[in-house]
Amino acid sequence: MNSKTASQPIVVANAPASSSATRFSIGGLFRRPEAGAFLGLFGVFVFFIAFGSIDFLKPAGAASWLNVAANLGIVAFPIGLLMIAGELDISIGSMIPAGSMTVAIISGYYGLPIWLGIAATLGLGVVVGLVNGFLVVRTNVPSLIVTLGTLFAVAGLVLGLSVLLTGTTSVALKAPELAKFLFGQFVANTFQVIIFWWLALTAIYIYVIHYSPYGNWIFAMGGDKISARNAGIPTSRLTIVLFVLSATSAAFVGMCQAILFNSAQVSAGMSFIFNSIISVVVGGVLLTGGFGSIVGIFFGTITFAVVNQGIYFTTFDRNWSSLIIGVMLLLAVLMNNTFRSMALSYSPKKK
Amino acid sequence: MSTPILKLRNICKSFGPIDVLQDISLDICPGEVLCLLGDNGAGKSTLIKTLSGVYRPNSGTIEMDGRPIEFTGPRDASNRGIATVHQFGGTFPLMSIGRSFFIGVEPTKGWGPFKIFDRKKANEIAVKAVRDFGITRIEDGDRLVGGLSGGERQSLAIARAVHFGAKVLILDEPTAALGVKQATHVLRIVNEAKRRGLAVVFITHQVMHAMAVGDHFAVLIRGAVAADFRKGEKTREEITDLMAGGETMAELEAQIDGYMATHDGHAPQHAGASA
Repeated sequence: MNSKTASQPIVVANAPASSSATRFSIGGLFRRPEAGAFLGLFGVFVFFIAFGSIDFLKPAGAASWLNVAANLGIVAFPIGLLMIAGELDISIGSMIPAGSMTVAIISGYYGLPIWLGIAATLGLGVVVGLVNGFLVVRTNVPSLIVTLGTLFAVAGLVLGLSVLLTGTTSVALKAPELAKFLFGQFVANTFQVIIFWWLALTAIYIYVIHYSPYGNWIFAMGGDKISARNAGIPTSRLTIVLFVLSATSAAFVGMCQAILFNSAQVSAGMSFIFNSIISVVVGGVLLTGGFGSIVGIFFGTITFAVVNQGIYFTTFDRNWSSLIIGVMLLLAVLMNNTFRSMALSYSPKKK
Repeated sequence: MSTPILKLRNICKSFGPIDVLQDISLDICPGEVLCLLGDNGAGKSTLIKTLSGVYRPNSGTIEMDGRPIEFTGPRDASNRGIATVHQFGGTFPLMSIGRSFFIGVEPTKGWGPFKIFDRKKANEIAVKAVRDFGITRIEDGDRLVGGLSGGERQSLAIARAVHFGAKVLILDEPTAALGVKQATHVLRIVNEAKRRGLAVVFITHQVMHAMAVGDHFAVLIRGAVAADFRKGEKTREEITDLMAGGETMAELEAQIDGYMATHDGHAPQHAGASA
């Protein structure tokens, strides 16, 4: 009974502290995982407006980097979630052409209905994701190695099968109106429709990761897998779900590209591996897991896309863009480390 | 002395040819702190892993509330109210206090598929649970666990176990990595848990910490219970001597002194090194 009465004033004393926490504070913003990504994005905008031209923010200019960001972003979210959970998936590099080729071969070469091609593409993503997930969970081999294996295996399978079935490495696809409208049209002649998919997915991911209870599980897994399992989180199942999500997302992006460009090639997508990892890390996700945010990944992806495309709006030679990306990555990581240690050492001042 | 909540009878555990636990019999009672003492390799860790469902004993029985039970795994043991808190608290350094407190049992608000994590409620409950244990420095549930001191993290883990209805609290060397002041914090929390009627199993090799909170002591030597006694029955020196394997510290010291006297003040050297 004593402890009850003793705790009474504590609750009262706590009330002003919690109300001040909800008030706007600059320091609070800096402690968020996406602080570095936001500043980085701001930095590259200023850089390219200063050295390039304002064209880069006009619709035609914005489309160039939004299109890159949307394609990359859809893959970057599950990659980021896997990284938060302490895993890595590089097999997306061959899942993107696998997705393109699957829909193109089924619906283009064989002329079967597009919906069958789409279902088969997403089904392939699920299957490869399950293989990745089960291998990682069952064998305890690091996921980098497992997915390096499936990266090459899927690439070889796609090349082998497409030459075997179609005799070529590039297949044309003529998608019907509705599929074209949903997955592969240019809105206002410049914006790929995938941008809207990307924005919708951003909203869904924000809800699931930061508001639903499941997001908490992913962070816990990346923080300490054994403790998470002891606390009753189905860590194996969740790992497999995340791998399925990343492989399916990559297949989806590949499919949209095939429908958009009316053709699919065997070799396209390896650049997505590094680009998505850069976006995620610039976005404030900790490489070793347990820390990050969807908004951060969102900003990180845009930052990457702006640097990637912004160079065309300047007088610089295109060849310098990798240098800028490299320097930006290092700066972003250093900045994120600083903000993270700020978050760790933060404690409210005694009032 | 109340009736034991957990009763170990003749527990044996071996890994291949190595007998790690031999014929362990212990009573664990609610509202009491059982201190499990022993040197490294004495079998303390194996014993608590048996208690928390990680290992199954080769022979012997465990009774809980008078009924014999067999744990199918760590989850089973924790569902029955046996909570283990490890040296570093088993918490998540980069998660907020509120979120890490409710891992796996997140409070939600809203309806149907649109349930959202109730951050405010989680933070309030977590902060209150920790403050009730006397850690008044924690007042913001949004702080990251990694920013807390080692003692505060232990306290958070203990408060979490108690909040979720633990009846038996197993603390695996909670004070080993802590400074004097932090260790005192944790000891105070152990006392508070005891006062609330939990059975506490406190593993340590620091006799001072054990003496400060223990009601009942068991010393393990090479997998067997070498001594089982209650508070006040033995002095600190006697307990230290027991932990050192039966040889008294005084004897050991005398040996070293004697050696140094006959060898020009050099400490004994390893046989290989002197050859």
